[in-house]
Amino acid sequence: MSAVLDPSTTVAAANAGGAHVAAGAPIVQITALRKSYGTNEVLKGIDLTVKRGEVIAIIGKSGSGKSTLLRCINGLEVFQEGSLSVDNKPLLHESAMAMRELRQRVGMIFQGFNLFPHLTVGKNVMLAPTLVKKRGQVESSAQARKLLARVGLAEKFDAMPDQLSGGQQQRVAIARALAMEPAVLLCDEITSALDPELVGEVLRVVESLADEGMTLLMVTHEMSFARKVGDRVIFMHQGRVHEMGPPAELFSNPQTPELKQFLSSLHD
Amino acid sequence: MNDFSLWDILRNLLLALRWTVVLSLIAFVGGGLVGGLLLFLRLRAGKWLDRAIGTYVQLFQGTPLLMQLFLAYFGIALMGIEVSAWTAATVALTLYTSAFLTEIWRGCVASIPKGQWEASGSLALTFGEQMRHVILPQAVKIATAPTVGFLVQVVKGTALASVIGFVELTKAGSMISNATFKPFVVFSCVALLYFALCFPISLFAKHLERKTHVRRA
Amino acid sequence: MEFDFGAVLVDWRLLAKGVAWTIGLTAIATLIGMVVGVACAWARSSGPAWLRWVVGTYVELIRNTPFIVQLFFIFFGLPAAGVKLTPETASIIAMVANLGAYATEIIRAGIEATPKGQIEAAVSLALNKMQVFLRVVLPPALKKVWPAMVSQIIIVMLGSAVCSQISVEDLSYAANLIQSRNFRAFEAFIIATLIYLALSVGLRRLLNWAGPKLFFGR
Repeated sequence: MSAVLDPSTTVAAANAGGAHVAAGAPIVQITALRKSYGTNEVLKGIDLTVKRGEVIAIIGKSGSGKSTLLRCINGLEVFQEGSLSVDNKPLLHESAMAMRELRQRVGMIFQGFNLFPHLTVGKNVMLAPTLVKKRGQVESSAQARKLLARVGLAEKFDAMPDQLSGGQQQRVAIARALAMEPAVLLCDEITSALDPELVGEVLRVVESLADEGMTLLMVTHEMSFARKVGDRVIFMHQGRVHEMGPPAELFSNPQTPELKQFLSSLHD
Repeated sequence: MNDFSLWDILRNLLLALRWTVVLSLIAFVGGGLVGGLLLFLRLRAGKWLDRAIGTYVQLFQGTPLLMQLFLAYFGIALMGIEVSAWTAATVALTLYTSAFLTEIWRGCVASIPKGQWEASGSLALTFGEQMRHVILPQAVKIATAPTVGFLVQVVKGTALASVIGFVELTKAGSMISNATFKPFVVFSCVALLYFALCFPISLFAKHLERKTHVRRA
Repeated sequence: MEFDFGAVLVDWRLLAKGVAWTIGLTAIATLIGMVVGVACAWARSSGPAWLRWVVGTYVELIRNTPFIVQLFFIFFGLPAAGVKLTPETASIIAMVANLGAYATEIIRAGIEATPKGQIEAAVSLALNKMQVFLRVVLPPALKKVWPAMVSQIIIVMLGSAVCSQISVEDLSYAANLIQSRNFRAFEAFIIATLIYLALSVGLRRLLNWAGPKLFFGR
């Protein structure tokens, strides 16, 4: 049961309700994607096109395959059937060089932050540009400071990750991913591990990224955020895209019983 | 029959102690290098190599060091190479150490949370860059205490080299005991000398272990 | 380079006798050694200060000296102080002392990890100190440290090969005897080594099965 809406209506709806404009060309294209863990099929044929600048919220019950789908996009999970391309370049698992290039264009933020505990905040942000993009120390350092300022943590440049709160660590993780200047950012439940009062500071940063036109795919439970910032919401159920549409429509007018049940369970 | 003083006994034992120390260091450093190489292969190469090295580890951990020494001694001789007790002991102890160290280190690398691999991979780092900048710095911190602790096992292992004729501390003890007819004194001294060598290392390892755990909290 | 394993296997009776001795020594050393370990672990965690010091010294002496030296001290050294022992007795004493020391530390770690609430509950139920220790603290502690304990027992079994040096007729002795007769040293030791390997695998399985039944299934 897959409800796919016409992209043009999405743009119109976004213009009506969203705070930014979703611009043109497709940047992520997923066709008939299937993935199994052994005999257990977790993604049962996903078709999805993401446009540059779109903000997509992926919601659904645990086990519906949302995180798995996200992790397929940057190659952390390997899929068995179908195709996936980013910026018109198909994803080739066997080619280490292709994967390296892909990961420079697609960044990821994790639920558990995954900051490198032995490096300072500044070095965390600088590591990848220095190694992968071969930037000099001075240039990376300046860029890192700028990005940390952008997420509101300029003064923490020399701090160690374990000295920061969860919300601060996650913001550093965002700065670290941004340092690679990705075209797409994948956010895998990035506020689920945070104390409630720290969620806002992280979402504010993400919202500002969306305003600047970053393409975002977010697996999230923050429905109000999805409603406010999202261009499209995808409801996943048992490994398939069950419903898809602009947030205003999806949340106020769910078509399928599964989505209705999911939304009502959130209010408990 | 000469009456040997305690100092005579100790003096000769101390001279043999040198060889214990030398053999221990060669085995430890050599074993560390081989073990490190094996670890790299285990992490990088295919599944069957990983399993092969796993079997290598099980062979050394599941058989007596004494047998390994005998096999080294007679095995190398079979290949037509002139083998001395020294050569056999060095080879056997180096391989023995490499098996144990590679297993210890593999455990340490495995204990690094998967998220560290995923985050560094998502930042487009290659395997080599991940190991060098993210994984190894963390793994080395965890590995230091048990590695130093294993040095004690190596020192104790050198005592078995006496059985294939290598004159280190234990062999010297046997010889001096036979010459002086004072086995109680001689073997007490031998034990105390090993203790003097190993106990500080054990204490240091314990200190390192406490340090790594305090950091974690 | 041609091998003749047949020349070694012909003497399978000798090898079997050696295996029996190795297993026998290990079994006795394990049973007594574990009792020693439990007693010393208790002493080191809840005993008076002087006892803790004595046990501590014993443990550190054993752990920081090679087993072969301990064996030689007991077999060659003690007679000079008036205590004469057969090779087999000396071996058992050495193995018990050795396993006992390592078992002390292993079991002590398990005991000290007991959640305080367990002891408080037991005491509140009017159990006396010995009952609290044997019934409430020890079984879960043993269960928790059983893998480490099994590994240590196997280490002692493998270490027992050294007892052949004082003429105990274990597997190692058998291999040595065979090769001294037929000069097939490499074959003899390979076969003995493989048997030891089989023994360690078998012993591990046996102990993993027996542990729950004997100690903490209560």
